[in-house]
Amino acid sequence: MTMGLRGFSLRLALIAATLLVWEALVRVLQIPAFILPEPSSIFIALYRGMASYLYLDHIGVTVAETLMGFALGSALAFTLGIAVALSRRVEYFLYPFIVMFQAMPKVALAPLIIVWFGLGITSKVVSAALVAFFPLMVNTIVGLRSAEEDRINLMRSLAASRWQIFWMLQLPNAMPYIFAGLEIAMIFALIGSIVGEFVGAQSGLGMLIQSMNFTMDVAGQFSILLILSMLGLLLNSLVIEVRRRVLFWDPSQKVDAVGSAAAEKGGVQ
Amino acid sequence: MRLVAPAAEGAAADVIAVRRLGKRYGQGADSILALEGIDFSVPDREFLSIVGPSGCGKSTLLKILAGLIPATEGEALLNGTPIDGPRRDIGVVFQSPVLFPWRSVLGNVLLPADVQRLGREEMTRRAYGLLKLVGLDGFERRYPWELSGGMQQRVALVRALIHDPALLLMDEPFGALDAMTREAMNVELQRIWMERRKTVVFITHSTAEAVFLGDRVLVMTPRPGKVGDIFRVELPRPRSLDVMNTEKFGGYVRRIRGILNAGGGLE
Repeated sequence: MTMGLRGFSLRLALIAATLLVWEALVRVLQIPAFILPEPSSIFIALYRGMASYLYLDHIGVTVAETLMGFALGSALAFTLGIAVALSRRVEYFLYPFIVMFQAMPKVALAPLIIVWFGLGITSKVVSAALVAFFPLMVNTIVGLRSAEEDRINLMRSLAASRWQIFWMLQLPNAMPYIFAGLEIAMIFALIGSIVGEFVGAQSGLGMLIQSMNFTMDVAGQFSILLILSMLGLLLNSLVIEVRRRVLFWDPSQKVDAVGSAAAEKGGVQ
Repeated sequence: MRLVAPAAEGAAADVIAVRRLGKRYGQGADSILALEGIDFSVPDREFLSIVGPSGCGKSTLLKILAGLIPATEGEALLNGTPIDGPRRDIGVVFQSPVLFPWRSVLGNVLLPADVQRLGREEMTRRAYGLLKLVGLDGFERRYPWELSGGMQQRVALVRALIHDPALLLMDEPFGALDAMTREAMNVELQRIWMERRKTVVFITHSTAEAVFLGDRVLVMTPRPGKVGDIFRVELPRPRSLDVMNTEKFGGYVRRIRGILNAGGGLE
């Protein structure tokens, strides 16, 4: 929803007002800095951390873990999703494992992963991959099975082989689902690496939050939270940008590009 | 090529021969007999309309001819060989265009060529020719969602013709279009057919459409699907829409209605 320039400036004003009220309340009520710091000291902490390159190194570590975990988890999820979607037998034997793992909160495995893979970057990559894995696998399976009967009949009437049906129909047809899964996987990978860093790490933004917590540097923690939220936005828009290019044909994408009437038509058949 | 009357098939071999064809869904007491004792043949280059009410098994018949489902009795031959699975010498047009939104118009048209690994270059040349034939030249790089329903169905028609199949099967291809587009598409299809002269089996539930397009009309009666009548339409081609107002045309339509009413097929 767009509200125009007026709406945009109202939004900015609202954010500014919130910060001002926050600042004023903390000062007037004399809330201690280790409970709730005022916005100005959060921004000062952010500036200091960035200026001294301290944050940059940790940002680099967390981003690297997240991206590698995302790539690893996605690759595995994609492969396994294809195997399950195409083979009833694979599905039958993997089903109990899938159900058990899906019900389990994956972050609860983080302490074990640290024990198995150490305090270095590997354990964080693994925990990010583990958390990112499931949403994409489930979406891959659902997507590959969502091909309409008409379309399958068309391919069959052309005497297409099973592989041709997969490559020419099922896979492209599943792309909207797969990209929805990738979007979630990216955010989940960030969660996975932060949780891994909480449990045990030598560097990374999660580790930084932990150590700031010990020194009661609450303003510092807030500044990291701000960075994390920016990172999340950035990583998410990365996936969305790729999606926009690959899925130019998807009706849910092109509402802006072609106009809703045409998009609706494309979505019907 | 211009043939005025459908009289030239005389000695030509049958492209399709259907003998004592039956289809039963399920087994035992719960089974449903969808088709029983279907007998007909289609000579080369004939346009055969099959008309019947919904539920008369005409779509089942088409699926058997397309090799998508097996018959349970009798057989269907295409150029002398039994249809026991999907074949590469058949083109099918379904009720909905069934275009892939991730492929351009040209890409959709070339789908059969891709599946059957035919030379892309020659097929592309053919595609341009056929798209021009259906009035879609200049739309090759467009995507399906940019096209109207009638245009989409024309793309589906070109796709069914691209690999030069021996037989064109059409399953109520214009059923989803509005009445005026539908009439225009009927005229269009007749023109294309007269230029390319494929053997066509055209399934419809519209009596007018069946008579307008067909060299012969096969009337199916329901429960179980049987051949109620099969007759020749002696109207010269090209037929214009005005032919629908003639006494002769009305007579054919009444003949179909009579059979369907006697069979309890029309509500």
